[in-house]
Amino acid sequence: MKLYCLSSDAAKPCFVLSFKELLIMLDCGLSAHSVLNFLPLPPVPSTRLASLPNYTPPHLNDPLLEGELKECCGRVFVDSIPEFCPPLDKVVDFSQLDVILISNYTCMMALPFITEETGFKGQVYATEPTLQIGRFYLEELASWVAGAGGDGAAGAARRWKELLHVLPPPLALAARPRSWRRLFAPASIARALAKVRRVGYDERVDIYGALDATAVSSGFCLGSANWVLRSAHEKVAYVSGSSTLTTHPRPINQAALRGADLLVLAALTQTPAHNPDHMLGDLCVHATVTLRAGGSVLCPVYPSGVLYDLLECLSAHLDTAGLAAVPLYVVSPVADSSLAYSNILAEWVSVGKQARVYLPEEPFPHAALVRAGRLKHARSLHDDTFSADFRQPCVVFCGHPSLRFGAAVHLVELWASNPAHAIIFTEPDFPYLDALAPFQPLAMKAFHCPIDTSLNYSQANKLVRELRPRSLALPEQYAAAAGGAARPHIAADVPTVLLRRGAARACGVRRGLARATLSGALAAHVAPRDVRAGLRAAPLAAALRVRDSRLSLDVAPPPAPGAAAGAAPRLDWAAPDVEALVRALAREGVAEARVERGADGCIVHLPRHDTLVHVERHATHVFCEGDAEVRQVLRRAIAACLPHV
Amino acid sequence: MPDIKITPLGAGQDVGRSCILLSMGGKNIMLDCGMHMGYNDERRFPDFSYIVPEGPITSQIDCVIISHFHLDHCGALPYMSEMVGYTGPIYMTHPTKAIAPILLEDMRKVAVERKGESNFFTSQMIKDCIKKVTAVTLHQSVMVDNELEIKAYYAGHVLGAAMFWIRVGSQSVVYTGDYNMTPDRHLGAAWIDKCRPDLLITESTYATTIRDSKRCRERDFLKKVHECVEKGGKVLIPVFALGRAQELCILLETYWERMNLKYPVYFALGLTEKANNYYKMFITWTNQKIRKTFVQRNMFDFKHIKPFDKSYIDNPGAMVVFATPGMLHAGLSLNIFKKWAPYEQNMVIMPGFCVQGTVGHKILNGAKKVEFENRQVVDVKMAVEYMSFSAHADAKGIMQLIQYCEPKNVLLVHGEAQKMEFLKDKIEKEFKINCYMPANGETCTINTPTKIPIDVSLRLLKAEAVRYNAQPPDPKRRRVVNGILCVRDNRLSLLDIDEMCDEIGINRHIIRFTSTVRFEDPGPSVKTAEKLKTLLSEKLEGWTITISEANISVESVLIKVEGDDDSTKNIYVSWTNQDEDLGSYILGLLQSMVQ
Repeated sequence: MKLYCLSSDAAKPCFVLSFKELLIMLDCGLSAHSVLNFLPLPPVPSTRLASLPNYTPPHLNDPLLEGELKECCGRVFVDSIPEFCPPLDKVVDFSQLDVILISNYTCMMALPFITEETGFKGQVYATEPTLQIGRFYLEELASWVAGAGGDGAAGAARRWKELLHVLPPPLALAARPRSWRRLFAPASIARALAKVRRVGYDERVDIYGALDATAVSSGFCLGSANWVLRSAHEKVAYVSGSSTLTTHPRPINQAALRGADLLVLAALTQTPAHNPDHMLGDLCVHATVTLRAGGSVLCPVYPSGVLYDLLECLSAHLDTAGLAAVPLYVVSPVADSSLAYSNILAEWVSVGKQARVYLPEEPFPHAALVRAGRLKHARSLHDDTFSADFRQPCVVFCGHPSLRFGAAVHLVELWASNPAHAIIFTEPDFPYLDALAPFQPLAMKAFHCPIDTSLNYSQANKLVRELRPRSLALPEQYAAAAGGAARPHIAADVPTVLLRRGAARACGVRRGLARATLSGALAAHVAPRDVRAGLRAAPLAAALRVRDSRLSLDVAPPPAPGAAAGAAPRLDWAAPDVEALVRALAREGVAEARVERGADGCIVHLPRHDTLVHVERHATHVFCEGDAEVRQVLRRAIAACLPHV
Repeated sequence: MPDIKITPLGAGQDVGRSCILLSMGGKNIMLDCGMHMGYNDERRFPDFSYIVPEGPITSQIDCVIISHFHLDHCGALPYMSEMVGYTGPIYMTHPTKAIAPILLEDMRKVAVERKGESNFFTSQMIKDCIKKVTAVTLHQSVMVDNELEIKAYYAGHVLGAAMFWIRVGSQSVVYTGDYNMTPDRHLGAAWIDKCRPDLLITESTYATTIRDSKRCRERDFLKKVHECVEKGGKVLIPVFALGRAQELCILLETYWERMNLKYPVYFALGLTEKANNYYKMFITWTNQKIRKTFVQRNMFDFKHIKPFDKSYIDNPGAMVVFATPGMLHAGLSLNIFKKWAPYEQNMVIMPGFCVQGTVGHKILNGAKKVEFENRQVVDVKMAVEYMSFSAHADAKGIMQLIQYCEPKNVLLVHGEAQKMEFLKDKIEKEFKINCYMPANGETCTINTPTKIPIDVSLRLLKAEAVRYNAQPPDPKRRRVVNGILCVRDNRLSLLDIDEMCDEIGINRHIIRFTSTVRFEDPGPSVKTAEKLKTLLSEKLEGWTITISEANISVESVLIKVEGDDDSTKNIYVSWTNQDEDLGSYILGLLQSMVQ
């Protein structure tokens, strides 16, 4: 068994497991940190961004670099369509992948990079909500980037990648920018998603007869799953994006992960220092204070996930704070679908939310907020109906959390100079100061309340202890720091394999047995003998049938004439009883055996036949000078009195 | 041979109530627990005393599985769990769990409040019963206990209808409940994978019918309704609150919109809105088209269809009324029927199957006068139409399902005996598999082949694969493994001999034979050995022969040459018992060489 790691971002993992002649990809996360090096793509042309000064590195005159770099408040940005960092494509040939298993919608954004134009022929498995919400994320991303003219290859800034060494940080520290890629076209997103097969929790998916893959609830978001790969003798658990907190999704199923031969752990929290509950409380307080002072609140968010909790908590909090009249807006090309879908996924939500469905009421309160006119959603800021009833102060939820594209870019531009307004960051994917860098100087208030419900290190350590895996695999970021610097890490007393981007490591499982089925007819033939208490054995020759990688044993055909292999092997497991041997020889007509007992066995002497039989504990040696017939007699006699199976 | 035993307590050669006992591998499972709508006495419920004449029933049944929310499939559940005293697990899908209690309550009201029956379960019992239900999702594999596993598949018959795959050990059964193989206006088609069960228990309501195209039936229905209301007639459509009703509503709604009709359409019972809400919540269970468009427009928000009030019964003029219950056996639909039946311009459309004993069944059979309990007689002059909208699989659909899942045996339930015979014949001829159709109370035993799980050593398999792959490809060649079968703690494994010895700490006892051949051959013994090797290579083509100094080995046969340079050599030939053939051959060879 071998494990490859293709992603450098532990929160957006991508592993490939090779096992039983199968190549199984676990998640395909798309790292979006790279977009922070680019200038924002405003949905409405911005004069401020357009008039930023060009940057040229000192002592360098490269005409090709002209216009690629801009400077804003002492920081250099690439003026081009943002690029993303897909999983490494040189380590594993994507056309050889058999299966892709997706744990949740935040870890599938690179799917088109894997399945499109790579010759990929395998299967992709994800739960229904993962597929639907993942589609929203991808479509939202594509519509913003493509909306700004970003899906063609034209006009890409390339030259700066050659000149990294002369650029100032943080651009100079960009990791492998040459492997960064533009976002895919909407058509390839649709093609990639069409390849996904939907599975339910606890559904056993048969993978080419060799393994069973089961998605079990991970408690992180709607439809999020941990994957358990199981054969009759081996078990691998892939735990990615799990949460032991109680929020809206179904709680984590730990029982299914127990006792694995290998546990792969990924996508832990990105903000271990922040408690999500406190952050949610802080957010409500900041929002209330800002709204009371007449300012508006902007929350750059993804179109699903924590958004649902935010809507639920914030609306309730504003009600008690006497701000029930403040409108809430969700602006996203997929806002309507996301809000509607969340309310038909009754089978995927927590028990409390599920109970509402039986009344029947929607599991999430945002449907009621929409009906009451409190919550409004729009495809974009310049929607006619939306602009018509847009009132301030208000709370706007819109993307993208990186502030590089989407409606949020325009709102930050609009509100940046007014200190009454506030921007509250809740998504943990991007450092908020980096996200805000191209909008400096900023007068509006900025708060950082990251809400990452994924496991933190102490929860993860506790989980590993409880699951008792026989070995563990982790991205290297999760291990203790080499220099002894104290940072939270995963510590376990089982063999642990650390992985970094591009690494391939052999992992714990050694296979010794395979499961087959024995037919009744063959079983009836076998008569096992007792070898010792609790153990019986018999020689067995069976016809082997391999169908769909499943083995079955049936009655063996009579050996074909001339065939070498035929009889079942015989296992003799103790020395023959010498007296019985002498009696047996006498019955066969070979009498006059003389027995001499020695220290470690005996010697049976047959003087008339010029033959000696040394019987020792682990071997019987026959020195036979006589003819073949005597030898056959000896063979029969010895065979008869050897304990065997 | 392990058996699978099936005893229908209902649905055996009839369409009354479904309740089938299944026992295999030491587990007893009850499939559906329905009530008969045509009876008012104890025959209404399945005869639970069959399972155990006295004493607790829970120890006799490992689990109860409900396929969908129709009362002939779940109606006796509160009776069983609250009055008979079953406390074991009950499984159904989420929509079934949500909707079944409403229908049960509805039926309870009709039975107790209208007919004044006693000894019936109460509202509280329905609630308590539903609390005990475990909801399952599609394709989720649920371990009821260590050996019993169940899995639900989409059945399409009504919202939340499911087929169940049930496995104990190596035996498996699929129970279809009611299902539909053609997608309709709001539901998709039933689907199952190639799970190759030992037994498929399928409904056979439409065993002999191959229905005409769905579109024709719909057009027919709309035409009849339209003609009737145009002439000022009233149309009564008795339905059950959920299921068919929603499909017909969608149908009328779109027709009224297209034709711009203004005749009032009513849906009786306050349940409507609530019922439609369930459809909105469980939209993942409807067909693809509705799922795709629900964000823009929810198909279950009706514009033309208004709630019905009892006072409208005597309103003049045309109208269309959907009223419950569906078989005209009680309740509002029966009341309306009594009022409207004596007028020729009116019409009643029965959109589903009616069980024997109901008014619906009587008028469909052409009864012109219907007598009620209180000796009231009603003349039936109104037009009576039967439109099969029941979403059951037809003969073609049943055959299709058999083809999908490739069962080894088929058992027919939920159908009429005569029609079953026909289908049974057809299945046996076409698929060459056994088909059974037990009557109620009759036990059907099905033998299944034994399959025992066994762990085979990979070393053994790899050695076999190497041997097999070394030979020229021949798909007909039998593959054979030879090993030692071990039985420990009731678990079987097939091991290689050495592995077996390692594993259980046994030293193999080795038997070796040695014979001496004298050979006149002056010279160093190494020379002699080389001579022998040449000879052996000639005779033993294809064997690997190794030589080191004066020792030659072929497989386990060792040949050693000893003696002084200028005298007779002693050639020792030694072999293990397994290689007797080879050893004696080489010995014979050397002996003949010496002579």
